[in-house]
Amino acid sequence: MAPWLFYLFAVISVVSSLGVVGQRNPMYSVLLLIGSFISLAGLYVGLDSPFVAVTQIVVYTGAIMVLFLFVVMLLNAPREDVAPGPRLPIPGAIKAYGVALAVAMAAMLVWALSRLGAVPFVDDPQAAARVASVRDIGVMLFRDHAFAFEVTSILILVAMVGAVVLAKKTV
Amino acid sequence: MPTISPSLVFQLTLIGLVFFSLQISAAVLVYFERKISGWAQQRVGPNRVGPLGLLQPLADIVKLIFKEELRPQAADKWLFYLAPVLSATTAFAAFAVIPFGPPTTFFGLLEKPVPLQVADLNVAVLVVFAITSMGIYGIVLAGWASNSKYSMLGGLRSAAQMISYEIAYGLALASVLVIANTLSLREIVDGQAGVWWLFNIIPVPAWYVFLAPVGFFIFFVAGIAETNRAPFDFPEAEQELVAGYHTEYSSMSFALFFLAEYVNMVVVCGVTVSLFLGGFYMPGLPVWLGPLWFVGKVAVLLFFYIWMRWTLPRFRYDQLMDFGWKRLLPLAIVNLLVTAAGVLYWS
Repeated sequence: MAPWLFYLFAVISVVSSLGVVGQRNPMYSVLLLIGSFISLAGLYVGLDSPFVAVTQIVVYTGAIMVLFLFVVMLLNAPREDVAPGPRLPIPGAIKAYGVALAVAMAAMLVWALSRLGAVPFVDDPQAAARVASVRDIGVMLFRDHAFAFEVTSILILVAMVGAVVLAKKTV
Repeated sequence: MPTISPSLVFQLTLIGLVFFSLQISAAVLVYFERKISGWAQQRVGPNRVGPLGLLQPLADIVKLIFKEELRPQAADKWLFYLAPVLSATTAFAAFAVIPFGPPTTFFGLLEKPVPLQVADLNVAVLVVFAITSMGIYGIVLAGWASNSKYSMLGGLRSAAQMISYEIAYGLALASVLVIANTLSLREIVDGQAGVWWLFNIIPVPAWYVFLAPVGFFIFFVAGIAETNRAPFDFPEAEQELVAGYHTEYSSMSFALFFLAEYVNMVVVCGVTVSLFLGGFYMPGLPVWLGPLWFVGKVAVLLFFYIWMRWTLPRFRYDQLMDFGWKRLLPLAIVNLLVTAAGVLYWS
């Protein structure tokens, strides 16, 4: 992948992700999230895996975000509501604890990233072809990792049943 | 910096040509829609502008360009204008991966043969699916950004309808993938070249529609629902919603929605032709005329679309949902299982 392509998509992705949490209109948040997903798909294409890129768009942009949009529209919330009532005063000790946690987390993040080091870019056409091949992905998923795949599907099924049970009216 | 080569020039020309033809096809479709609706209702249809009313689409375009662009005060400024652009862009983008002709050198003009297709991807089928699934955003955003109840209801209906029918659409598509054993549209089309001999005497075109007729039916019906055409045109049901999601639009932004609708029809028909009807192959006829056969098949399907619209009344909304979830989806699942079992048995 050309470096400028990487930086282009990376910048779009990061900026729109910040926008998702940074502004208060939920509709715009959903759209910015879609923009972030699409630029991620662009990164996947640059990494020679068009299948992953397209799957990303089909699953996230095409299906999940449509549901998000649907819910936002149904609720028709123009703006995120500010919590009602007077704000509770936060004790100084709790504030200090929060700051300490944030600093610790930042330190951990920097430490973890510094341990990674720079990974050399491997220009191996064969490896690229392996990643891009739908057949190989299928074999990996349904033969080598079949158990994990099935467990995940059951997990999702359980979550779905749980959601239905929680949401249904008592008759 | 890439150097300018004949194949680059050709690629750019091809993109321009496809883009232009899609736009023209929308104008032609509008004309035929009005003519065919005229015949279906025992009227004459447009016949004033030009011979046989042929210049009617042109007059329509001029009228639309010179109309005033209106935006409701309560509308969301950005999204209101973004929505029609999104609609049209996704409609055009999906056509990029559809092959409409065999590789050609243009009578020796180019050194090596180039395929008549804007982008030949090995996951083309999924790309079509991904882009058409994004087309919904234009409609939903238009409904929301207009800030009017009719538009809102149109947008919500559209979202619900497309989610419901997309699953059946995808499963019907999967049944072809199982038969063709590839995700590339060009390879799928190439797999449908030639003929089969039924009982060794009757020639049958080697089209997947004969292997997966149920898949074809599901794909076609779900395709009509995806393009929001009658009898599934709930997002813009005139009697209930004025004009649905584009109630508040005027002038060119309205025209973009119309353009998107017709281009989407062409794309869905193009995909249907490529997946089930042999693409640009016609048994017994020269393959270098491929684009002609492709356009011909698409035209037949498009005629069917228009014919359906003026023949069938609109469903009720609950009927639409029932049909999608309780009939079409189970049928699509069974169809996929049967197709997969058949492929396993015979291969």
